Amino acid sequence: MKSAERTYQPTAGRNSLILFVLGLLILLFFIINLLLGSVSIPVAQIVRILLGSEAETQSWQAIVVHTRLPMSVTAMMAGAALGVSGLMMQTLFRNPLAGPSVLGVSAGASLGVAVMMLFITVPGGSLVAVSQVTGRFSVVAAAFAGSLMILIVIGFLAARFRGITIILILGIMISYTTSSLVGILQFYSMKEDLQAFVIWGLGSFGNVPLKQINVFIVLILGGLALSAALIKPLNLLLLGENYAVNLGLNTSASRFWIIAATGLLTATVTAYCGPIAFLGLAVPHLARNLFRTSDHRVIFPGTVLCGALLALVCNIIARLPGFDSALPINAITSLIGAPVVVWLIMKRNDFKSIT
Amino acid sequence: MQRLLNTGNLSIGYQSGKNREVILHQDINLELRSSEITCLLGPNGSGKSTLVRTLCGLQKSLGGFVEINGKLVEKTPPGDLSRLVSIVLTGELELSNINVFSMVAYGRSPYTGYFGKLNDNDVKIVERAMQSTGIEHLRRQKFETLSDGEKQKVMIAKSLAQETPLILLDEPTAFLDFPGKVEIMQLLRNTAREHQKAILLSTHDINLAIQFADRLWLMARERPIVTGMPEDLVLKGEIGSFFDKRKIRFEAETGTFIFETVFRGKVCLEGAGTTYDWMAKALKRKGFEIIEPKNSQTDTPKINVVKGKFELIVQGKILQFNTIEEVLQPLETNQ
Repeated sequence: MKSAERTYQPTAGRNSLILFVLGLLILLFFIINLLLGSVSIPVAQIVRILLGSEAETQSWQAIVVHTRLPMSVTAMMAGAALGVSGLMMQTLFRNPLAGPSVLGVSAGASLGVAVMMLFITVPGGSLVAVSQVTGRFSVVAAAFAGSLMILIVIGFLAARFRGITIILILGIMISYTTSSLVGILQFYSMKEDLQAFVIWGLGSFGNVPLKQINVFIVLILGGLALSAALIKPLNLLLLGENYAVNLGLNTSASRFWIIAATGLLTATVTAYCGPIAFLGLAVPHLARNLFRTSDHRVIFPGTVLCGALLALVCNIIARLPGFDSALPINAITSLIGAPVVVWLIMKRNDFKSIT
Repeated sequence: MQRLLNTGNLSIGYQSGKNREVILHQDINLELRSSEITCLLGPNGSGKSTLVRTLCGLQKSLGGFVEINGKLVEKTPPGDLSRLVSIVLTGELELSNINVFSMVAYGRSPYTGYFGKLNDNDVKIVERAMQSTGIEHLRRQKFETLSDGEKQKVMIAKSLAQETPLILLDEPTAFLDFPGKVEIMQLLRNTAREHQKAILLSTHDINLAIQFADRLWLMARERPIVTGMPEDLVLKGEIGSFFDKRKIRFEAETGTFIFETVFRGKVCLEGAGTTYDWMAKALKRKGFEIIEPKNSQTDTPKINVVKGKFELIVQGKILQFNTIEEVLQPLETNQ
């Protein structure tokens, strides 16, 4: 088996090396993430805490375990999830500009959150005040409800229309419609509510409390596992629908599962971190350029690692010393992601087929 | 020669809007046999692609049935169908970063497991497919960097690796130069013979089809499909009847198309061999009618082809020339 694989994968050694280096970089940036913050904690202490022993100061323990560790894990998971979502969308729609947002799932999440934050008023004030009591769980639930609603609409349309381009256009149109509904809600809402919603919309990896991080991790790992099971269909879809069918692919089933996996990953990330822009679009391009292949067996793990790494890097930039508080993560991902995509595409000098 | 594909009263066409069906052809009864190449000829818009797509199950038929190896195509799940028929389409692939080996290895997809990992046997079959199409040296090249002809060979190799008894190709020679077209046709003919496969290809290259095909299917709008051996179809005048348009005529004697031009006059031509044939071609192209020496009148210009050179006798003068161009010059000014 090994020798057979080697004859046609002359780059297998190179790919393993890149994966290994990416893994090391993730470890490095993970630790930097734990180090950075308003309180400086020595590396040795952080290692102690990670290994499960007590730190010198009780507050260091609390900061690392309750704030920095969940934030770094969330960033890694979210980056990997968005990258894989983007990869699947770019392959499914055969469009290099597709990303997790093309299905309208994140717009749906925004609508859900907007409805909850701005529209539903309860006795004793708007929900923002109450949400102090109910915790972030209400926001997560609202985001999930909104995403699910859009996913059902997209699923229905995907079953009804054969052409994949139609679904792409419908997804984008649903996004616009949803965004305008959010706009109307914002127009009629109170100042405090609006501010809370805008802050949610800027995104953050620091909003998943330690108590809920298990749920987050399970959902993301579930979504990634489902996506990994779709590697062969994704590879076949690279050839276009006709060849894929002729090579034995059940296209409507594959399409359903790809949309379901993307929906799960995007909805989870958006619910817990807010709509994170551009990571999902940029990461697959980065991975493709690093590994110089479109074979999903290589590029899928590549995208997972690149996504985790890029999210960690963005999180570090957002919290660089010198800023009083963390910058909105959404601003950073776009600031980093857009030039990355432009650079990669210019470097390729080939605008015809990028996926 | 075993029958691999047959259709029964098949209707082909497409859905237009919700409930309207547009039938392009109906009552189609065709068959494909092993070790044979069949060429599907017809003008644009005659339904060639629709027929090919219907035969391999990419498009629903509007009536009747298609059977491959005794299995009804529309009742066969894609997984099983992918081991019965493989396709090569033209101008459909827009992908990058996939090397030739991996493209050919796609043909193994119906046989590989969950993640598409190749075992030793799969690799052997892929190697053999690359060998028989002569693309082994390209194995590590990226598909998108290949020429059109090489891309066609890679996709044919993919079909070979798919190990289907039947291969359908939609205009595989469309974007190739002439030697490229011949090479692909030869490759397909060898493939059909050596691997006992039934091969159907649609094409616009009538001359090549007549030379290479074991059987022709002629298609045109609003008339039944005609099938048969190419030579029979030429003799029956079918090829002419399918393709003749005003000013284009299929000449059965030479098996070529004649583009009619304005009549310029009569010329008597005498001689033999290749030089004679090409002189005749040039005269026809310029619009001269060639008459035999015995029917010639004294005032008709006469050309003698002697030892690869030309003698023009016009109005009692004898002129000698080395090239056809030189012969034609005085003839044209004379008229």
